[in-house]
Amino acid sequence: MVDKNLTAEKLKSQFGEAVLRTEEFRKELTVFVKREKMLDVLSFLRDDPEMLFDMFIDVTAVDYLKMEKNPRFQVVYHLRSLKHNQRIRVKVPVSESDLKIPSIHTLWKGAAWCEREVYEMYGIIFEDHPDLRRLLIPETFTHFPLRKDYPLRGKGEREIILPEGS
Amino acid sequence: MQHDRSEDVEEFTIGTSEEAVKKAKDIYRKHFKIGDEDEESIRALKKTERMILNFGPQHPATHGTLRMLFELEGETIVKLDPRPGYLHTGFEKLAEHHTFNQFIAVTDRMNYLSPLSNNIGFALAAEKLLGLELPERCQYIRVIQAELTRISDHLVSIGTHALDMGAFTVFLYVFRQREFIYDLFEVSTGSRLTTSYTRVGGLLRDFPDGHVEQIRNWCKQFKETCTDQVEGLLNHNKIFQNRIQGIGKISAANAISYGMTGPSLRACGVPYDLRKDEPYLLYDRLDFDVAIGNEGDAFERYLVRMEELKQSLRLVEQCLDQMQPGPIKVDDNTVAIPDKNHVYGSIEGLIHHFKLIMDHHGITMPKGEIYSATESPNGELGWYIVSNGEGTPYKVHVRAPSFVHFGMMPVLCQGQMIGDAVATLGSLNVIAGECDR
Repeated sequence: MVDKNLTAEKLKSQFGEAVLRTEEFRKELTVFVKREKMLDVLSFLRDDPEMLFDMFIDVTAVDYLKMEKNPRFQVVYHLRSLKHNQRIRVKVPVSESDLKIPSIHTLWKGAAWCEREVYEMYGIIFEDHPDLRRLLIPETFTHFPLRKDYPLRGKGEREIILPEGS
Repeated sequence: MQHDRSEDVEEFTIGTSEEAVKKAKDIYRKHFKIGDEDEESIRALKKTERMILNFGPQHPATHGTLRMLFELEGETIVKLDPRPGYLHTGFEKLAEHHTFNQFIAVTDRMNYLSPLSNNIGFALAAEKLLGLELPERCQYIRVIQAELTRISDHLVSIGTHALDMGAFTVFLYVFRQREFIYDLFEVSTGSRLTTSYTRVGGLLRDFPDGHVEQIRNWCKQFKETCTDQVEGLLNHNKIFQNRIQGIGKISAANAISYGMTGPSLRACGVPYDLRKDEPYLLYDRLDFDVAIGNEGDAFERYLVRMEELKQSLRLVEQCLDQMQPGPIKVDDNTVAIPDKNHVYGSIEGLIHHFKLIMDHHGITMPKGEIYSATESPNGELGWYIVSNGEGTPYKVHVRAPSFVHFGMMPVLCQGQMIGDAVATLGSLNVIAGECDR
């Protein structure tokens, strides 16, 4: 089993400033990575024999509008190493003015499907994505419902989609 | 007597030009002539236009409201486009406006075949955020309920899958057993489907008197169902075997890259079981084996589920033997909801109750974020919770196994027949409520 501190140290020494910082909370390691170097770090995490995070678990995003963090969004990747029985969380900050992030479907095949959900819920655009459409909500929908400035009961677009008497 | 059908050809051809009609007539004649093995005509007949076929959302074989679009060449699937979302209810948005205990009622509605697994998964996630250590009896009861749920989920999965494949009898036997399990849930939780049994830091209530005996009696008669009524009817059934062997096949490396988990991944030969790899509750104290297959097809998934039924039964029996009387919630008034007689009988109890139940209060969580995963019947059910130190979570994200598995349908069904897509979907046990959230 590889120690969590060693993983964090190794990432920092390998990538220098691209790794913004690391955190540990409840025995879970979180690594903050710059968007520009994200693909390098993730492919290193997948292929390095001491890491081998071969299993794709999840991708989601967090809107920090109400927690007043800068930048507003963070895309969160959860990965797991079957060989070393380890988990890691990689967070990539994305600013509101430039909502773009590279897609990682070339590294983990399952990512393309989950990225579609992040796109429709937060409006984050995954570059080089093979099929970036809305997934769970209708394609006519124009808002991004999991953003913090979107109200619980919607903005009234239901009435627009379904006019009275339909 | 052979009827010369070449006269009827004209109405079947799309074009009306003489050439098109002649061509079609030629093909038709050659095709219907017995003993004529003209390869060219057969190839010409096979060259059809691609057809788009809609499957679902209301189709009995989807077991819910799932929709897929097939692009077909003849009966072969060339392209498959899964279209989830017909049960999208915005659970993740709802979570941001409810306290942790309130949200447990919502988790029932996710995977509605195994509501207790969802309850336990979410409660464990909230407890991980708090850093709580649960009393032993509470953990034993949770393991029993989780395993009983796994049994009922696998039974329904096997039963409906067999039903889709034409084996009706198994369906009746397993639904009878599921009914008994629901009766047990009714005794312990008060409801059959929407159980809402867990609370952060404990349970709704302890087992009533004599319930342990009831579960024991059920276990005794259940073994027979497993071996005689299901395995006896399906394991060596040539029709069932031939129908689903080699269907929906995937290699282990591919499955891992796609994030497949649970029985479906274990059927590929990967011994990945969170109960062993990251033991939560008391699983490290209990003795059980991880069922694995090696082919990774629909039949192996059935076999793995069948083996897990037996292992779950072992786990339940061990828990019943080891369980001792004790408290079922943590001794912390800022987390556990006080008993009703305490609320009505003392001012402290009333204050604790008020602070936990009323709007804009709830349990005060530490700031931070966690990812907690449990082995639900379908695979890894993960909860990613971000907390800003208030009573309601800042963000909750569910990593639902059915969602990931449904996204894998194009890979699993590539180049197969339409009927095999139904077999694959049934063997994955994709639950629409969990897929769409």
